[in-house]
Amino acid sequence: MARVAVQEADFDIGAEFAALTAGRTDIGGIGCFVGTVRAAASGPELTALTLEQYPGMTLKALRNIAAEAERRWHLLGCTVIHRHGTMRLGENIVLVLAASAHRHEALDATSFLIDWLKTRAPFWKKEHFADGSADWVAARATDDTAAARWDACPPGAGA
Amino acid sequence: MTAPASVTVLYFAWLRERVGRSEETVDLPADVRSVGALIAWLAGRDPAHATALAEANKIRCAVNQEFAGPDTPLKPGDEVAFFPPVTGG
Repeated sequence: MARVAVQEADFDIGAEFAALTAGRTDIGGIGCFVGTVRAAASGPELTALTLEQYPGMTLKALRNIAAEAERRWHLLGCTVIHRHGTMRLGENIVLVLAASAHRHEALDATSFLIDWLKTRAPFWKKEHFADGSADWVAARATDDTAAARWDACPPGAGA
Repeated sequence: MTAPASVTVLYFAWLRERVGRSEETVDLPADVRSVGALIAWLAGRDPAHATALAEANKIRCAVNQEFAGPDTPLKPGDEVAFFPPVTGG
């Protein structure tokens, strides 16, 4: 059963690793993805991001995505934590951990989880700039492409 | 006689800002029984709704917290949410 959370507070990556692996001797590898707030490459200076969620549906959607990963790969543990609220540059946004006996399952499950999360979990990013302006981030076609590459992988194919 | 078919409508992100509220309860006319029909009916109510709902290709929907499309049927008591394509992660 995956640990899934939507929360305003930051998460402790070390504590999440420890909780995932406590008492286990069957885990051979853990995939990890941490999404963070990065500075804008061009244009006005970004100072913060606000993540809006759909209370109720967002947690359910994350649980469904984690359950799908557990159907597709033999996972020995899985953690998905996504923050909401306002975050400054460099702060953590999202944590994905996937533990398995072998590295390919752990790494593939981690990629799958973040790709599906980006296109299927109801979160919306608003960017805040140094000049006081703010704007909603538009969805990117490359995220749809990244998520679609998992369509060809039938449930259980990786197990 | 049937009771009014009331549904709760939620708005998120820029849809919430353009409509000017995050939630409303509306009584549906008898001929409004799908997501697509609800969008058309809401857009006809006032300029704020019309502006928010103008670009159909930029609007996603959920009914009772499951992703839905224009053909998804509606029934009294449903929770309908409108929002832009998601941008989390």
